Amino acid sequence: MDRRSVLKAGLVLIVTSAAASIYRPAGAALRVLNGGNKWHAKETLPPTPVDASKRVFLTDKEYAQVTVIFDRLIPADELSPSASQVGCVAFLDHQLAGPYGRGDYRYRKGPAQHGSPTQGDQSLRNAAELYRTGLSEFDQYCQATFGKGFESLSATQQDDVLERMERGDVALATLPAQGLFKQWLTNAQEGFFADPIYGGNKDMAGWKMIGFPGARYDYRDVLPLKGQKMDIRPVSLIARI
Amino acid sequence: MTYTRPKADAVIVGLGWAGSLMAEALTRAGLDVVCIERGPYETTNRNFSPNIAADELRYGARREALRPPSVETLTFRNHRSEVALPGRDFSNWVVGYSVGGAGKHWSANAWRFLPSDFTMATRVKERYPKMKLPEGLIVQDWGVTYDELEPHYDRWEKIAGISGKAGVLNGKVQPGGNPFEGSRSAEYPTPPLERSRWNDIFHGTTEKMGLHPFPIPAGTAGAAYTNPLGINMAPCTYCGFCGLYGCGNWSKSSPNACIIPALMTRKNFTLLTECTALKAEKAADGKTVTGVTFIDSDRNIGFQPADIVIFAAFQFDNVRLMLLSEVGKPYDPETRTGTIGRAYNFQTMSYGFLYFENEHMNPFISTGALATQVDDYNGDNFDHSDLGFIGGAGIMALSDQATPMGMTDRVPAGSKMWGADWKKAFSHSYQNYGKIQGQGTSYAHAESYLSLDPNYKDDNGQPLLRMTYEFNENDRRMARFIKGRIGDICKSTGAKTWETVAFPDQPFSPSRAYDSGHTIGGTAMGLDPATSALNRYQQSWDAHNLFVIGASSFPNNGGYNPTGTLSALTLWTAKAIINDYLRQPGLLTR
Repeated sequence: MDRRSVLKAGLVLIVTSAAASIYRPAGAALRVLNGGNKWHAKETLPPTPVDASKRVFLTDKEYAQVTVIFDRLIPADELSPSASQVGCVAFLDHQLAGPYGRGDYRYRKGPAQHGSPTQGDQSLRNAAELYRTGLSEFDQYCQATFGKGFESLSATQQDDVLERMERGDVALATLPAQGLFKQWLTNAQEGFFADPIYGGNKDMAGWKMIGFPGARYDYRDVLPLKGQKMDIRPVSLIARI
Repeated sequence: MTYTRPKADAVIVGLGWAGSLMAEALTRAGLDVVCIERGPYETTNRNFSPNIAADELRYGARREALRPPSVETLTFRNHRSEVALPGRDFSNWVVGYSVGGAGKHWSANAWRFLPSDFTMATRVKERYPKMKLPEGLIVQDWGVTYDELEPHYDRWEKIAGISGKAGVLNGKVQPGGNPFEGSRSAEYPTPPLERSRWNDIFHGTTEKMGLHPFPIPAGTAGAAYTNPLGINMAPCTYCGFCGLYGCGNWSKSSPNACIIPALMTRKNFTLLTECTALKAEKAADGKTVTGVTFIDSDRNIGFQPADIVIFAAFQFDNVRLMLLSEVGKPYDPETRTGTIGRAYNFQTMSYGFLYFENEHMNPFISTGALATQVDDYNGDNFDHSDLGFIGGAGIMALSDQATPMGMTDRVPAGSKMWGADWKKAFSHSYQNYGKIQGQGTSYAHAESYLSLDPNYKDDNGQPLLRMTYEFNENDRRMARFIKGRIGDICKSTGAKTWETVAFPDQPFSPSRAYDSGHTIGGTAMGLDPATSALNRYQQSWDAHNLFVIGASSFPNNGGYNPTGTLSALTLWTAKAIINDYLRQPGLLTR
């Protein structure tokens, strides 16, 4: 039996710590857990706080486009600051540079075929590609229709274009307008309500707007106050790591 | 390279609820058990502690606790005239991807089925001899009765520390519980959770209407509790990060919290993590299987020989493993013969979405199973003589939506979904929203089935499972009836506006918001090998040392979540293996 076979048989591997630092044993053998021995769980770490001052994916032009679009989706008013003011664009920038932007979760094997609406989005694109292509095609559409970019339109015109995007009443070069609009809205709202550790929801402004207490994790003390206004100050994961 | 491991008495594929309950019973009986689990080992304290778990983006939106479609997905079509296409993105198929399986991220609604759910074929003949069911509807008895399962339900509830209030105890109706439930031999091990404000409104409303509200049984400990395996659970804190999340409190019942700490101490138990089972191997005589072939995290192929093979994976994967192992005959919808992939069924949902004024629902005080239900219109609890369908739904006020991202569309119909108007509407409705869920029965149909996909494959080069499913006319009529009953309740609650919906009024889609993840059947148990893949002990008719445990065994679904019933069935099968099969290996239904 060679060394690998011994490992594969799930037998105990004995190495000195010095040897372990040079020789990395095959992973599978370490993942055999035997009753009566210590079981080692995988590591799950808290997210690394986003540094919103660092740009990681969007170009200057794209950043400016998203800022204007997101601020129509979540504008500043008496209820809260706007999407970009609470960091939703920085949130998006960092999301697109990571596993979400890469589409690590998405089944991307072909063949890509057009299906029925019940079969869902069949494109092999990831979110990063959708933004890159989508913002470019959206700009082309605005230039062709208004002779200027979306950011130069009046707020009323902007809302009108977005409403038509929402209805699918805009013909972009290749992308379905409705899908692109839904992507924008989803990510703007995510940035607004995700834990501030991800770069958005600055000062927990999104949570304060609706009265969500964030990462509190225990409400047994307030159970008797059913139906009452609670005004629980929210807390972020940042305070807990 | 390939290698063969030392032979075990039993090999179990998957360490979710079914696999861990089976492993606990078999190792306690002295068997040498090896479990093959696709995901990594995770623990309550290390992997979902409160400072990690309370993260909606990570677990609610990005669904980090689930198996990503990129690892394995299904293909889907509504009708067999269409080409099935893969579910590429997240959908309602919420499959686990770690030790504990779906039992880690479940919403912990911990039900028993009604006695009638197990014997509907007999029941229809006796109670509704004149009823004409739609052509192609599959209604068949399970071969096991509620009374046979009762001790096993009881054992599972005690292992899992289920909270609740008995409605029928040793045949006597109890105040405060569900008067329609099958008779129980014992009270729940922990008391019911405190009702939410929304639960209170529903409770008062339905009681005034003459219905019978009760707190639903929940796998969220109602008090500090020590289970029969000596494991301590802590009281639920109503944290609101429940379904789709692991619990950081030792409060949500899970294999990780309630069973695995015991398995960890047993020298006759071995767990191969991050190993994907590829198929069972058939013996030369074709009448038994010899073990399970798997691929490990170094991408080497291993073989685990064993005298007994148990598939305890998620429902989809149990069916897929049966097809890949070529045990039994795949179902053919053309001739309506074959059993593997037949009798696929689901969960038929109806809803009421209500919006009040001047309320403080405080929805963040929440669990996945914080609910008050009426069972007056569930299963066969009401007379169906003139209704033209069988089945019904549990109708509940469910306070399971706590976190904001998943609620941004919870605004009254006609509201703008973005901009200043949306902000105003959502700020108001977050505290004024209530949800009534009608969780309906589902019957299988000859045209809905599971098979291997001819076009799309997973990373290991094996074909994906293909689902062909559409709601049938029986379930459509049932859901419309339930929608009406939900509407009656909505009218009486004092809500300002509400909308009701019966899901089968639109074509089924795996990505429709608010639809169920309860995907059921495909290797049905039963009394006749022509119409069931497994006998009444969940034993393959075609290979007597192969058992398939999980919701894949249900020929129809009750108006309830499936976990309690699949757990009871697992313990029923474990008893049959230990008491009968080991003594005389062979078909247990001779």
